[in-house]
Amino acid sequence: MTPVSTGRASWIAVAVVVVVAALMPVTPFITEYFLSQILTQTLWLGIAAASLIFLSAYGGMVSLAQVGIYGIAGMAYANLVLADGGSAAAWNPWLALVAAILIGTAAGLGFGLIAARSEGIYFLMITLAFSVLVFYFFSQVTQLAGFGGVNSVELPGFLGNPGQDPVPLYYTTLVAAVLVFLALRGISRTAFGLTLQGVRDEPARMRALGFDVTRHRMLAFGLAAVIAAIAGVLSVWYNRRITPGSINLAQTIDILIIAVIGGLYRLEGAWVGALAYMLIDNYSRDWTPSIGNVLGPERFNTLIGIVFLIIVLASPGGLVGLWESATGRLRRRRQGGGGTPRSTSTAGPEGDPAAGTVK
Amino acid sequence: MSETVDSSSGGEVRDTGDASARVTTTGVIAAPEVASGSRWSPKRIALVLLVAAVVVFLAAKAADDLGRFLVVTLNGLSLAALFFVVASGFTLIFGLMRVVNMAHGSLYLLGGYLALQMQESWYQPEEGGGGLGLSLGGTDDTVYSLAAWVLPLIVATVIIGVIGVLLQQVFLRWNQGQDLRQALITIAISVIFADQMLAEFGGISKDIKPPTAWPDSISLPGGSGFGFFRGVVVIGAALAIGLGLWLLIKRTRYGKIVRAGVDDRDMVSALGINVQLVFAGAFFIGAMLAGFGGVLGGTMLSLQPGEDTSFLLNSLIVVIIGGMGSLGGAAIGALALGLVDAYADVYLVFGGTDLTNYSILVTFALLVGVLAVRPLGLFGRPA
Repeated sequence: MTPVSTGRASWIAVAVVVVVAALMPVTPFITEYFLSQILTQTLWLGIAAASLIFLSAYGGMVSLAQVGIYGIAGMAYANLVLADGGSAAAWNPWLALVAAILIGTAAGLGFGLIAARSEGIYFLMITLAFSVLVFYFFSQVTQLAGFGGVNSVELPGFLGNPGQDPVPLYYTTLVAAVLVFLALRGISRTAFGLTLQGVRDEPARMRALGFDVTRHRMLAFGLAAVIAAIAGVLSVWYNRRITPGSINLAQTIDILIIAVIGGLYRLEGAWVGALAYMLIDNYSRDWTPSIGNVLGPERFNTLIGIVFLIIVLASPGGLVGLWESATGRLRRRRQGGGGTPRSTSTAGPEGDPAAGTVK
Repeated sequence: MSETVDSSSGGEVRDTGDASARVTTTGVIAAPEVASGSRWSPKRIALVLLVAAVVVFLAAKAADDLGRFLVVTLNGLSLAALFFVVASGFTLIFGLMRVVNMAHGSLYLLGGYLALQMQESWYQPEEGGGGLGLSLGGTDDTVYSLAAWVLPLIVATVIIGVIGVLLQQVFLRWNQGQDLRQALITIAISVIFADQMLAEFGGISKDIKPPTAWPDSISLPGGSGFGFFRGVVVIGAALAIGLGLWLLIKRTRYGKIVRAGVDDRDMVSALGINVQLVFAGAFFIGAMLAGFGGVLGGTMLSLQPGEDTSFLLNSLIVVIIGGMGSLGGAAIGALALGLVDAYADVYLVFGGTDLTNYSILVTFALLVGVLAVRPLGLFGRPA
């Protein structure tokens, strides 16, 4: 039904990207603005998108509840530490971090319990309803957030003041992103991950084999909730505030757009999509032609909507899918049509599909 | 391809039913009546008790202050009527084509804005009274004739219907059956629409004026008043639309084809019916209902950015509760959502503690409660 390809990028490529990313703060032509505004945001938005892509690539579930969960975790953190607004419980930031992730995960498991029994488009709708309900909840409940949200949130000491020195926060999000990526990839190779992929492809057969399909879906949802909760806390660390407006439907759709631009079927796509999104967000205003009221620097959402539409219409695999089909075609031409495109080999425990790309 | 998907999801429903029966029987040695019907599973008993508690609670509130209770109930009913109008279009499109039209909320808002635009540009100069056209302090002296409301309503509704058909023909027709992709496409369209509407109509809350000749309010038995437009026009329109749709679906040839198409699309087209035409018709009607709802909502509530989200959410909840594709389900779902919204906004006060802030949790509980017992909604059937 959908072009699922969960083959893996080579370890070397991943290592190169990570090393390049780690060198960014000392690279001369990278400004502080670029580091903070684009790269740090890319990393945490990528984590949020990764939780969505994990569910879609390995579980076959496109969930729109991820922003709801990250909103719950972010709001939990912002309310538990010292802050302006909210309940300002003034906990230790580390304790609040742990609590926020636990709360986000618990909420995710709860959502999963309800949503995991449905499939496909029903799942999409139910999770969307969850996400929007979370937004309305925090806009209504002034004790926790209210319209203005929670501001001047306290951060753990080692981050210093990201407004003056963005480097510690950058490295923190980078480490978090790498850990999330490795963890999700590792999980996809475990028995649980393989079962999940079986559930994705043939739920009826997996059920016949004695697997509890609903429970696997729910656990996957809980796992993705952990990732989303991490992204939620990072977003609060980055913005130092969280408002209901930052977890509304627009943000839900932004995360979906990032995942779709990157490619719904590959984990790497999360960060590729996030980077593309942030670049468009920051630089499109300079070159967008002004067509009356319809298109122009002010109309960023129209532009991103059109980009999203084109990607959905043209390449369901997103940018990563485009890249794969391009390299696949190239390789086949070079090998005289002998090589099988990698996208057909779904992730298995054995084999090293990277062997083809290294060399 | 779609057939395998259908059969597997059909299997799931049956299996979950079996699973719950098995769970209930494992503890008990011999309980055949539990296993056979699963009619009184603990979940269901809990739900019945909860509903009974809510009814008793509301009855107590009604006995306390009948006038207020009537107003709140009518409020809920008028909301439910509006939800039904919008959600019936959503569920019609889904039921026939399995398209989840995420742009439905945008069509709603656009319908309202178009009608407002027409009313303002066509009818604004009509000054009323003694020519005291000065309306500085918000008191609008402009007299709106009946046509100033009805004509924009009709034109906007038809335009939205046409836009719906265009969307379907241009973006959705050629990837039929890929429901996720279609949902993503309509999400992209809703993003573009929302931004364009913000550019064109601004971010300020606006509303459409009802005809001046209509009374402001009606008086209720308890001595209190209630808005005429909300209480009579909106509820009346919803009843008329419900009846009209019911007749269309049950009594006409087109309705027969639609019902057959809901059950088995491939068979219908194999019988020589131009199924594409039927689809376009359903999209036309579905989008028109969104536009019509937009004009009603723009008069009853207001038009502003964000209302599209709100009505997409309402439509989603209504059809998730009622069951996708079922008109009766949409009516029940709208009724449940509207009444729960209205009651929760007012009656969540226990002694000194005011919990009305948390009213959205009651909506959430309604959704979860229904899904826990019936994963496909009250009237939902496996796809």
